[in-house]
Amino acid sequence: MNVEARAMKARITVTLKNGVLDPQGRAIANALHSLGFDNVEDVRQGKLIEVQLKAMDEASARDEIDAMCRQLLANPIIENYRVELL
Amino acid sequence: MKSAVIVFPGSNCDRDVAVTLEAVTGKKTAMVWHGETSVPSVDLIVLPGGFSYGDYLRSGAMAAHSPILRAVSAEAKRGVAILGICNGFQILTEAGLLPGALMRNASLHYICRDVGLKVERTDTPFTNAYAPGEQVTMPIAHKDGAYFADEETLDRIENEGQVVLRYSATAETGNRGNPNGSRRDIAGVVDRTHRIMGLMPHPERAADAALGGTDGRRLFESLTRGLN
Repeated sequence: MNVEARAMKARITVTLKNGVLDPQGRAIANALHSLGFDNVEDVRQGKLIEVQLKAMDEASARDEIDAMCRQLLANPIIENYRVELL
Repeated sequence: MKSAVIVFPGSNCDRDVAVTLEAVTGKKTAMVWHGETSVPSVDLIVLPGGFSYGDYLRSGAMAAHSPILRAVSAEAKRGVAILGICNGFQILTEAGLLPGALMRNASLHYICRDVGLKVERTDTPFTNAYAPGEQVTMPIAHKDGAYFADEETLDRIENEGQVVLRYSATAETGNRGNPNGSRRDIAGVVDRTHRIMGLMPHPERAADAALGGTDGRRLFESLTRGLN
């Protein structure tokens, strides 16, 4: 049985919470409107962070990434985050 | 009153704060590099304005997790007064020492100009040299200064008297109010103990009559009275 830690990659998407003003998203929406994309109703901008790490299994990788998000990668007052393991 | 200023890579108001503190207290200010793990024994620690760690990730986020901030938090728990100006305010919110967060200005612009402010509380060590409700002028210089907290938190800090400074339209500053989209016009807050304050305006840039006024100087004078 393989008990070695293996390399994994996590893709973390950080977005502003609903109700938090996103002036950059609004500026992008305005720019899209001025290009004629009249169907655009709203734009929200976020961040994408990819972390390569070593972990024994997916569960422990998720736990560790979750701790990273809570402590540094996202600000829980204004942001939500979503983690995908690749 | 003995004071220390924390210097991060990217701080650019550290010397201005030290000059003001030395003018007001007559004592030398300790300059403490961010890589240090302890702060000398002082009455006041200032986190100055600037762009610590290049504002990477979020303004103040990196500095909030630097080794020196652990020492600053420990000193805060012992009752040492902490003042965060501009980037220092962002660092204090990121470190969880003050409520809320500072977000991109609603206009998306970097704004550098004088603003009118109303002093909401004068019973804190930071504001006892002002008159209650007094309107003062100080400059701001930031892109991420829109104060945000959810409604519940805003109600709580208002009820607990933690909102100390609010943006206020004054004739001196062209009758323009809230410059950046801050919730409830909040420009400066204190923690529950009133020993930690953060504000976006720069009092150290309004501390000499020859250089843009003296309304900010009284914040430092308050501290010499409030902490002695």
